[in-house]
Amino acid sequence: MKLLRELLFPLIAVAAAFLVGGVLVALVGDSPLRTYELLIGSALTWPDGIGYTLFYATPLIFTGLAVAVAFRCGLLNIGAEGQLYIAAFVTAWVGITCAGWSAWLLVPLCFLAATLSGALWGAIPGVLKARFGAHEVITTIMLNFVAVALASYFTQYHYKPPGDPILETVPIGEGAHIARLGRFIPGFPERIPLNLAFPLALVVSLLVYLFLWRTRWGYEIRATGASPAAAEYGGISTGRQIVLAMAVSGGLAGMVGINEVMGYRYRYYDSFSAGYGFTGIAVALLGRNHPVGVILSSLLFGALLRGGLFVDIFTENVSKDLVQVLQAIIILFVAAEALFRGPLRGPFARWAKRV
Amino acid sequence: MLELRDITKRFGDVLANDRVSLAVAPGTIHAIVGENGAGKSTAMRIAYGFYAADSGEVVVEGQARRLASPHDAIALGIGMVHQHFMLVETMTVAENIVLGIEPGSPLALDLNGAAARVRALSKEFGLEIDPAARVETLSVGQQQRVELLKALYREARLLILDEPTAVLAPQAVTDLFRILRGMRAQGKTIVIVAHKLAEVLEISDEVTVMRDGRVVGHRRTAETNATELARLMVGRDVLLRVVKPEAKPGGSVLSVRELSLKDAEGGRRLDGVSFEVRAGEILGVAGVEGNGQTELIETLAGLVDRRSLTGAITLGGTDVTALSARGRKQRGIAHVPEDRQRRGLVLDFNLAENAILGVDERPPIAVGPARSWLDREATFRRAKKIVEAFDVRPPDLNLPARSLSGGNQQKLILGREFELPPKLMLIAQPTRGVDIGAIEFIHRRLVELRDLGCAILLVSSELDEVTALSDRLLVMRQGRIVAEVDPARTSIAEIGLLMTGGEVAA
Amino acid sequence: MSENPILALLFSAIRLATPLLLAALGGLFSERSGVINIGLEGLMLAGAFTAAVTTHYSGNPWVGLLAAILAGIGVALIHAVACIRYRADQVVSGTAINILFLGVPALLSGAMFASTGATPQVPKEQLLPYAPIILAFALVPATWWVLNRTPFGLRLRAVGENPEAADTAGVNVARIRYAGVLLSGALAAIGGAYLSIGQSSLFTRNMTAGRGFIALAALIFGKWRPVQTMLACLLFGVAEALSIQMQGVSQIPVQFIQIIPYVLTIVVLAGFIGHSRAPRALGLPYQKKR
Repeated sequence: MKLLRELLFPLIAVAAAFLVGGVLVALVGDSPLRTYELLIGSALTWPDGIGYTLFYATPLIFTGLAVAVAFRCGLLNIGAEGQLYIAAFVTAWVGITCAGWSAWLLVPLCFLAATLSGALWGAIPGVLKARFGAHEVITTIMLNFVAVALASYFTQYHYKPPGDPILETVPIGEGAHIARLGRFIPGFPERIPLNLAFPLALVVSLLVYLFLWRTRWGYEIRATGASPAAAEYGGISTGRQIVLAMAVSGGLAGMVGINEVMGYRYRYYDSFSAGYGFTGIAVALLGRNHPVGVILSSLLFGALLRGGLFVDIFTENVSKDLVQVLQAIIILFVAAEALFRGPLRGPFARWAKRV
Repeated sequence: MLELRDITKRFGDVLANDRVSLAVAPGTIHAIVGENGAGKSTAMRIAYGFYAADSGEVVVEGQARRLASPHDAIALGIGMVHQHFMLVETMTVAENIVLGIEPGSPLALDLNGAAARVRALSKEFGLEIDPAARVETLSVGQQQRVELLKALYREARLLILDEPTAVLAPQAVTDLFRILRGMRAQGKTIVIVAHKLAEVLEISDEVTVMRDGRVVGHRRTAETNATELARLMVGRDVLLRVVKPEAKPGGSVLSVRELSLKDAEGGRRLDGVSFEVRAGEILGVAGVEGNGQTELIETLAGLVDRRSLTGAITLGGTDVTALSARGRKQRGIAHVPEDRQRRGLVLDFNLAENAILGVDERPPIAVGPARSWLDREATFRRAKKIVEAFDVRPPDLNLPARSLSGGNQQKLILGREFELPPKLMLIAQPTRGVDIGAIEFIHRRLVELRDLGCAILLVSSELDEVTALSDRLLVMRQGRIVAEVDPARTSIAEIGLLMTGGEVAA
Repeated sequence: MSENPILALLFSAIRLATPLLLAALGGLFSERSGVINIGLEGLMLAGAFTAAVTTHYSGNPWVGLLAAILAGIGVALIHAVACIRYRADQVVSGTAINILFLGVPALLSGAMFASTGATPQVPKEQLLPYAPIILAFALVPATWWVLNRTPFGLRLRAVGENPEAADTAGVNVARIRYAGVLLSGALAAIGGAYLSIGQSSLFTRNMTAGRGFIALAALIFGKWRPVQTMLACLLFGVAEALSIQMQGVSQIPVQFIQIIPYVLTIVVLAGFIGHSRAPRALGLPYQKKR
């Protein structure tokens, strides 16, 4: 019964979003039914629909987990976008700099680079909040802009192939490539970029679950988010938990670099992200900040991203921005429903005012 | 003047008022007494229009009225002074008083006119106050006067006071009663919601007793006494003394020397506090709330910013002044906090997870490399032990702590702290908001803990409790220890005098 | 215009500070009443888009401005209902509004103008280059007066500090908060409108580029007080003006100059938060207690 109740609210949010979205579609002059048919239908074909859906779902799982972990500590990480950009660039940089190395060394090294650079970029707003009380929503957004600018600068001035009009880096070494799933699944073409990062994302989800509910650090992070005053009473250093949570969060977001750079483009490509960081917020909220929920809602949003492209091309007036609108409405509805769960952030807001 | 007829009010599962009927005669001081949770405040808030009754009538001066908001009640001449003051601290006295009925035009407040009227009123009723003062700079007694003025400014003819003496020292209470008698002489009607029988007997003309949401009795004050009222309040004869064996104190466990704590504005919350607590004794701390007791406990628990602290804290011979909260717990300093819902429990966690709060970083709970893994078995075992030993109901370990009643939450916290096991127990307001059955249980367990050799530091604003439980009693005032007395040989009146320094407090 | 570079810089700073100031003052009303408004960015975008589109169709920028105000109020109403009536998490709701207005303008402009987010250019005679600037700075003393010398302002401040006290005094907490949030919508929308039909002449996708958040930082820096907030906005205006001037001249790569306002925001938040005190009830949905 409890499981049904848990599923009910997200379903209501999604249904409401589709309803409002339908109205908007009608407003711009297209048929809502046909649009939604395109949207969902194109995501379910084999092999392309499902393949691309899972491919888009991969970065969303990472950013969804990232936002979920931060939420568990009472923090709203809007900086997943910047964290994944920095991580993607650093991953490419390692792949380029160590281009000749063997895969046994290079692949784990790049994994590490992605995770650690993302963690660092996430730790910065964490420290700013813990030490100075700077609101993480603003600092993370500012750092998003800075991250994109930095990556763009380094690409343009140092790593771009000369004469290349596109803002992208030179390719990474072969040793840093990770296999596409087409190699292992019969009947599944390798042109579809779905790669080993997807099963990695599933494994990481399990690890996040274990981290949050079975380790001491996860317990302390959750306690800090649920009741900072009680956490402090229990001897937990709330400042340290904030930094830890933001670092873990950033590291998770950074893993998007693995999917993008090592499994798809094999280089850093400017502005590659289709708003994965922001969508991650919707994914986390819809998934109730739980790894299982995150996986399920990433599949939904992955399907929407895939379907959105089709809708963009094959309808008169509707563009793929419809997906963004649907996202926002889902977030709104989930936020309003969150009051049934008891506010996660209320106690934190009060504590934060102490500074 | 005011009548409630068959008022019923439900909050979710709880029936706060069950067909409550009472009548207040004009020009009298009428007391409504009952234990915490009896429904007195709810009934009065309905009379004030703050809540709407589910059924029943509110009759004002003979006419049944519909009160949709305090606005309506105020228009009928009813004013209310709440137990927890409803004041905006950053605004001035005058601003607070006129909030909601601002003089002047929508484009320009007439603050000068307001200030003048406030000054006139304070003279008329003997309530000295400066209209331009910011509320956050006022003392508790002064703030209460602002609340009274709020009602008087709105020309209240009936004033409802909710637990007005809860935060006042005995001398300030006398002051307040003088003011109230003056108001009665001027024709005002006063309703006092209280649970301190001695005060009720002193000031009121009539008294209504409530229990469990119902009215169980009504008397003329002159025709009744404390025992009868207490029996009506509780439903049985109340034991007003805790039976406890003689203490056998051992060596010193906690030694505090010249402890001083500065707050953000440079004021001293703790001022040169020094004392000792020995094993096997309960040292009580009495004082009007807000005189440093909370800070004392929090400092000893390691929850204050060490940079504003001077002095030394020694536990069993070792200096622990610089030790973190976690370190102190590890050394056996247990802490049952005053604010159990905010500090003592993570309400959203279940009972099992709450049972390991404070001990989650060591074996047997934390195991494995870097003590990173939480042993679920061990967690549940510990939680089960606590829940059974302290009769926490319902005993479902997967329920969120939020769903427990106040008494059960407190028992859970106590059980958890007892399990450390503690060498020193810091405990503040142990039975606030706890039902009477749990109170007796908690008192008994504390005495048992003492007899096992633990040192206990007990802070309570309930004088009866702290004098009954303590073996030695300290009195705190303005952050200082002003006296140490033997609670068995000192009267409540004497202690009250020490709590206020004998002055007529503002 | 004078040849004096300092004067030019100052005037540039004032122009650049204007949208920040409008949004920040809007945020002030919302936050002083206790409702966090992270959605200033989205509100500005809503105003900018509506102003550009309406001016294009009507030919009259004042109509465009009015439409923007109405749009701002409408969008703010969503935030208000979610946060006040449904007690949603205010930061999440504001974030949703921001994401919403990354998408909605693009969707609508795609349908109306077959573009990826931009609206057609508005001719020069139909712009409002000066009116919003004067409005913004005139609002500073006006805001101070409203806040401190009118009954509405008194109630607003009370509701933001201690809503229970205001409630028992007979003040309708919800209504005041609605007023605060709707005002923030209107003012932020004007700020956005200035961007699309004052500073430039069209709407482009995501043209606010974080200004809503910078406005919020200015508000916090300004301790939620009108005059100090204005000074903070001017500071950011100067930073942006400097960064624009440097882009043309300096050897430094453009990306580093572009990030100056953002880095400044971070520095401001890190350095000065410690001493300010937010309205005590900020961010806490109000619920009658037992």
